Amino acid sequence: MLQIKNLHASVEEKDILKGIDLEVNPGEVHAIMGPNGSGKSTLAAVVSGKEEFEITDGDVLMEGEDISELDPEERAHKGIFLSFQYPVEIPGVTVTNFIKTAINETRKAKGQEDMPAGEMLKKIKEKADLLEIDRKFLSRSLNEGFSGGEKKRNEIFQMAMMEPKLAILDETDSGLDIDALKIVANGVNKLKSDDNAVIVITHYQRLLDYIVPDYVHVLMDGKIVKSGTKELAYELEEKGYDWIKEELV
Amino acid sequence: MSLKEKLLSSYLAFEDHLGIDSPVHDLRAHAIKNFEDHGFPTKKEESWKYTSLNSLLKKDYSIFPNKENTLELKDVKKYFLHDVDTYKVVFVDGVYSSFLSETTHDGIDVCLLSAALSKDKYKPVIEAYFNQVAKESSLTSLNTAFAKEGAYLYIPKHTEVEKPIEIINFATGNEAAILLQPRNLIVVEENAHVQIIERHQSLSDNAVLTNSVTEIFAEKRAFVDYYKIQNDRESASLIDHTHIKQERDSICKVHTFSFGGKLTRNNLNFYQYGEHCDSVLNGITILEGKQHVDHNTLVHHIAPNCESHQDYKGIFDDNSTGVFNGKVYVEKEAQKLDAFQQNNNILISDKATCNSKPQLEIFADDVKCSHGCTIGQLDEEALFYLRSRGIAKKEARALLMYAFANNVLEGVKIPELKQRINKLIAHKIGVNLGFNL
Repeated sequence: MLQIKNLHASVEEKDILKGIDLEVNPGEVHAIMGPNGSGKSTLAAVVSGKEEFEITDGDVLMEGEDISELDPEERAHKGIFLSFQYPVEIPGVTVTNFIKTAINETRKAKGQEDMPAGEMLKKIKEKADLLEIDRKFLSRSLNEGFSGGEKKRNEIFQMAMMEPKLAILDETDSGLDIDALKIVANGVNKLKSDDNAVIVITHYQRLLDYIVPDYVHVLMDGKIVKSGTKELAYELEEKGYDWIKEELV
Repeated sequence: MSLKEKLLSSYLAFEDHLGIDSPVHDLRAHAIKNFEDHGFPTKKEESWKYTSLNSLLKKDYSIFPNKENTLELKDVKKYFLHDVDTYKVVFVDGVYSSFLSETTHDGIDVCLLSAALSKDKYKPVIEAYFNQVAKESSLTSLNTAFAKEGAYLYIPKHTEVEKPIEIINFATGNEAAILLQPRNLIVVEENAHVQIIERHQSLSDNAVLTNSVTEIFAEKRAFVDYYKIQNDRESASLIDHTHIKQERDSICKVHTFSFGGKLTRNNLNFYQYGEHCDSVLNGITILEGKQHVDHNTLVHHIAPNCESHQDYKGIFDDNSTGVFNGKVYVEKEAQKLDAFQQNNNILISDKATCNSKPQLEIFADDVKCSHGCTIGQLDEEALFYLRSRGIAKKEARALLMYAFANNVLEGVKIPELKQRINKLIAHKIGVNLGFNL
């Protein structure tokens, strides 16, 4: 589904990603772990098309198509979804209106009619229930005054509504207490199928108890330096990252 | 001959037509003298620092139309509200159009200033109110000297006016260039309620300069909701002076939507004479091209326990320029005041300019006054967030601009008007509304 080949990216002339190779197939869950500043969030941003990052070398392919020149919205239309580490507050736009606009703009881009209002409402209700989101919450301004946990839950709600092929969860576990973490993880697992894939970016192994990865990759200084299965995550939790650094030397 | 000289000589001819026993004769004489002494304001004056009238004043304006011009209803219908029944006071090139208007004397007076100035029965009202709150500046004086037509609204005690009142000034363009000086007098008595919509609309590309004065008197517990729709052609300029005198427990709201015109200067002045007054000044300004809008506001707090709320949003594209100069003046007696002023601006072009100048002068010691102003750009982070959800760049920008202006739009209590303003905003931003906010 997603193929990243020798990806180099920089921001303001500073190299952040220095040759990343990653292949994600339908049905898989990949975890990307690594210390602060290793380039995890940059990788998420580059795949979803943030313009301040420049791809200096390599390819990003989605279902075989080069997407490196596409706008963020075009990538979204191709089924890429980024759950933000820091969701942006947008006063004046309600959660409901935002998600309706996002869905209908995506349908429009695909040459489809707007989703009928009844169907939309039913879907909103269903997905809000899945993530145990209070109905009142949906008429509030997007992320404005939301707690950290509410923001993250709202991200996963949007993911549930948009039904992406590839979801990238950028530190979705940060700022969540254990109950919220379980609800969010449960939501992600319910949405998981053989046709879609998830990339979980996290510092901690904790989230991976609930969203179980097929593969774990360690990102350090802009490169994937080690890949393994979920056992690697336990090892990292126990021993930290230093032993990998030593291994590399 | 300069415009000033032309005006002074026209005044002599104009005065000959007026009886000297008119209740406002002395006011006019005094006013023209004031204009003669001070002339048009220049950028040397602090409050005109960012707005130059120079290029406007070079045109050879007709002071009075050469002939009476008429309009077909079908040509101007789109400027009226349709879904709600309204009273209408309509002027064509400064002359009342009975054909386009719907006035009344049934319980309230929705009619003409010319009638009020000439008929004996209105004399007490004219003497009590006319020119009593308009601050004496050279431009208001110029208007006073020439004032002969405009809307006259008198809403007696305990009357809730059920229909909004539209005051519309059309310029036909039958003159190469025309100077219009409408003069409105609005008296809202104790516990009376009224909604008013004012617009100035040019129908051609010929130059129009409007120097408008509106005086509003809100008596005890009166409620005035006033909407200014400024979406004129690029050939039309407006200098507006609106002066509002509030008595105790009155609420006055003025919402100014500035989307069009070449140069627009809004002088909006509130004077709170009684306790527990509330003044609301809201505005949305969206400009492009070389348009210029200057909001000059004053809230003069004279009595204690009052409130005022100002919220002006501006979006500036191309080479457009915006000015916000908002003054809150708090007298020593105006204790326990709650005054709030906010002016936020977004520049969406590198060449757009905005000058924001909040001024607070506070002589009382137990008040709550806050103000804030921002000038920035659309938030790139927010834009990426929206785009990553599949919303295209143009729509995402529009959505952010709507969100930015939305709280001001929420203050519009006439649904059809709100819908229209929504459409105007969509048009200005260049999108089809795919969303409702």
